[in-house]
Amino acid sequence: MLGEGIAKGLVETARNFFGSYFTKDRLTTVQYPEERLPQFEAARNFPFLVYDGGDWQAGLRCVGCQICEKECPPKCIYIEKSKDKKPDAVGKLQFYPAVFNIDVSVCMSCQICVEVCPFEAIKMDTEFELSTDDRFGGLLWDKAQLAKSNEHYRKIHPTEAAEVDARLAEEKAKVDAKVKAAAENKTTPTSPGAVQPGSGASSTQ
Amino acid sequence: MEMIAPEDQRTAQSAATAKSEDALLDISLGPHHPSTHGVFRMDVVLDGERVVKLKPVFGYLHRNHEKIAESVSYLASMPYTDRLDYMCSLTNNWAYALTVEKLAGIQVPERAEYIRVITAELTRLQNHASTIGFLMQEMGASGTPLMYAFREREIILDLFESLTGSRMMSNYMRFGGCRVDLPYGWLKQTEKVVAEFPRFLDEFERLLSSNEILLARTQGVGVLSKKLAIQGGITGPMLRASGVNYDIRKVDKYGIYDRFDFRVPIGEHGDVYDRFMIRLLEMRESLKILTQALRDITAGPIMDTKTKIRGFRPKAGEAYGRIESPKGELGFFLISDGSPQPYRYRVRPPSLINLTVLEDMCLGASVADTVVIFGTVDIVLGEVDR
Repeated sequence: MLGEGIAKGLVETARNFFGSYFTKDRLTTVQYPEERLPQFEAARNFPFLVYDGGDWQAGLRCVGCQICEKECPPKCIYIEKSKDKKPDAVGKLQFYPAVFNIDVSVCMSCQICVEVCPFEAIKMDTEFELSTDDRFGGLLWDKAQLAKSNEHYRKIHPTEAAEVDARLAEEKAKVDAKVKAAAENKTTPTSPGAVQPGSGASSTQ
Repeated sequence: MEMIAPEDQRTAQSAATAKSEDALLDISLGPHHPSTHGVFRMDVVLDGERVVKLKPVFGYLHRNHEKIAESVSYLASMPYTDRLDYMCSLTNNWAYALTVEKLAGIQVPERAEYIRVITAELTRLQNHASTIGFLMQEMGASGTPLMYAFREREIILDLFESLTGSRMMSNYMRFGGCRVDLPYGWLKQTEKVVAEFPRFLDEFERLLSSNEILLARTQGVGVLSKKLAIQGGITGPMLRASGVNYDIRKVDKYGIYDRFDFRVPIGEHGDVYDRFMIRLLEMRESLKILTQALRDITAGPIMDTKTKIRGFRPKAGEAYGRIESPKGELGFFLISDGSPQPYRYRVRPPSLINLTVLEDMCLGASVADTVVIFGTVDIVLGEVDR
């Protein structure tokens, strides 16, 4: 009979329309921004620099090795390495990034900087409302804007952060043991601060 | 000047009218039109309502993907492959990873292979669902089928986001495995989605398959003959709708596709209706593969331990890897000269090659049908233009 197919289809439309009042899986929209869906733990949007302790300038994990700058596919990271060294959160003397800029408008949220970083210094944030009315200065973030605490990292990616913390604690214990041994032997005049940058780093894989 | 008799004048006038009726009309469909799935232009010559000539014009979304890939490391091209066919980034990732693995001779752990199959088949589900939705939109069924399809697609994209961190730009696969392991509860959630998907397919079929308007608009429209499909190098659902049994999952058995029991749906007429039905049937076969993969997935490592992420340099050589992406044969051709960057990087995009027979299918069809025929080719301009 002509029209039977159309009638069948309309029954389906009606089922979905009335069903949306009763079952959640037929009505999936959320009234953003009043209502928000919880974000997934794996969600990523834009990188940030992790620092340990209370002071972001002292605790920045980044040592300015420029690996992420080289590996970044759209080349949105700009780093200038410092001339001098200063102690990091662990107490080792390290280089630090004198300038660390990321261009928000160029970054494509691919996470490759996170994967290649041997110091667990750069991680992905889940913040996604980054729009600004200043398209030049407002979209070029310097290290003051990029630095976020390890507590923040633990909050947004709990599972991943726990793994990273465990790995770093293990490395720190190793370095401490070495320093202790060196201090006991006193064969080498090197101070604990002269540990080579990167000596305690392991590959992220 | 001679005097023209009133009769002659009348004849001259009617001749002029006849001429303007015969005159062909050049129009430009697109590039900024929703029915062109992006920025695609068709230079159409019309005789009345019928198409007599059609010239596809593309390149509006050209991003220099291949050349960029030759100046960055192998790894850095991976996020760019997401942006080829942005509806199915995970299959693009797989095709690229497969080619590099072939080039460098890397073995992929079993669990990673299963994850790849699961994500690729989920990609196929969401791609086919939204393709049919868009096709209905182009036929004038505004909204309803497309929104139903998008509702299901969103559920699958949620799975992708909880796994890869991003709904569409997944950047998930790596040479020798996958980037991260499945999060806690992901498999259970996927099993639930796969178990509930047939309900959507049944509803979708009841909504559309026997609809008289749809039958009238699609049956016998835009026929692609078997011979032309083979000669044109057409792949994917379009080729199978024309009656050719060719599916790279069966032919190459890449990854672990030889372990799954599934069938390849074949069309008969090669018209728009067959191309629409083939996608519905393929979704059911994908569900079969998913059920088996979710049942059989093993625990174990997800990355080949010998492969380095940074400083990856394959030996000099060349490789062509291909997979059955939801749109057809997606291939990557790589030449390595031993440096960290590929010497040559080439993509074989199914969308572009399937477009080459567009004129043959559209000749003699009306403008409204041209849009529908174009819709069944299922292209994404990110892949056509690269």
